[in-house]
Amino acid sequence: MSTASTASTLSPSGFDFVRALVHRESAIVLAPGKEYLVEARLSPLARSRGLRDVQALVEAVRSSPDVESTQLIVEALTTNETSWFRDGDPFTGMVQVVLPSLLAARTPAEPLRIWSAACSSGQEPYTIAMLLKDALPGAGERVRISASDISREMVERTRGGRFSQMEVNRGLPAPLLVRHLTRAGNDWQVNPDLRRMVTAFECNLVGTLPRTGPFDVVFLRNVLIYFDIPTKRSILARVRALMRPDGWLFLGAAESTLGVDDAWERVPVGRSSAYRPTRPNRGA
Amino acid sequence: MHALVIDDSRAMRRIVGGILKGLGYTVTEAGHGREALDVLVATTAAGGAVPDLACVDWNMPVMDGLEFVTAVRAQPAWRSMTMMMVTTESEHAQVVRALAAGAHEYMIKPFTPDAFADKLSLLGLVPQGEPA
Ligand SMILES: C[S@@+](CC[C@H](N)C(=O)[O-])C[C@H]1O[C@@H](n2cnc3c(N)ncnc32)[C@H](O)[C@@H]1O
Repeated sequence: MSTASTASTLSPSGFDFVRALVHRESAIVLAPGKEYLVEARLSPLARSRGLRDVQALVEAVRSSPDVESTQLIVEALTTNETSWFRDGDPFTGMVQVVLPSLLAARTPAEPLRIWSAACSSGQEPYTIAMLLKDALPGAGERVRISASDISREMVERTRGGRFSQMEVNRGLPAPLLVRHLTRAGNDWQVNPDLRRMVTAFECNLVGTLPRTGPFDVVFLRNVLIYFDIPTKRSILARVRALMRPDGWLFLGAAESTLGVDDAWERVPVGRSSAYRPTRPNRGA
Repeated sequence: MHALVIDDSRAMRRIVGGILKGLGYTVTEAGHGREALDVLVATTAAGGAVPDLACVDWNMPVMDGLEFVTAVRAQPAWRSMTMMMVTTESEHAQVVRALAAGAHEYMIKPFTPDAFADKLSLLGLVPQGEPA
């Protein structure tokens, strides 16, 4: 995109510094050759600090590291691409297969706890909220959706539940748009009843995981792809420890537990599939 | 699959038609609702199948998008055609009105090609064997 306009100012050691920092803080792997990405993503931050270029930003942070800059650098290097009903099938599967099975296994007094573990700007948790609200009477009281992300900005966006026209165009069926969102200035905002079902908070998947479980369903979608295998394995094991033994895990279309963590069984869910723990993990 | 693109702006017909062709559609264009109805009447008279999809602008001369959608809905033989409004009209009440008149989907301009692909896959209208 910005290859011509962004002449690279970043030295090889500067790139290595950023790579190491991002890996240490978030486990995200930046492959060699991603210099252009670092350059493009960090330029706005450098500029906002009145610095000459990305190299100057890196030098400043290298000589006196601080928590705020580190957080902002990591945040800038996350990819927050998302959409409503992303890939469709996992969400239909959740309503048509997972929900009935959970309802059969639980007493009506038991809450249903769902975790969207890399929620980005919130389309995923609110997709879940609207589907459950429409499928299950009393969902507003019974369903608790935890939505978390490493990025503070994304968590704030999720909490606000505000989406641009462009964003509501991406995968949100019009009947659900008008039922569950209202215009707010140039944007659309998720209605308060759905916002009350969702609690958004910061959570680094390689750090301390939430205490809002145990979860009946976990959406861990399109985030494992950024990690190396040992990290994927450790996250899957620790997520498993936070799930009910008969819980369900949804991964992204390009992700699998296969060859990573063998304590899961892959089960077809409608036209898609989910993973269920085959043995609980007590060692997390 | 076959799509009818109804918009009074030639440039917009090009853009929408181009995206649909990229997704594997054949495209017929119409400059307003009346012209589009004529296409449907002629197709039906010749024993042909109506298009799978109509992308309908709202504000057009002669017959606007809402009138077109209403007219199509009144015709049982045209039930199989999915109608998506593609318009700058972005108020909540207008989306509600278009859906009540019989539109199935609603896309607010401006949009990206990705948004089109997302909507069509929701509607189950992505031609098979085409690149996503
Ligand atoms: C591509 S988005 C996926 C959003 C959504 N789950 C979906 O499938 O559309 C990936 C998200 O993972 C978050 N992320 C990256 N590393 C993370 C980490 N270590 N802990 C928690 N979230 C992380 C990013 O901030 C980003 O919002």
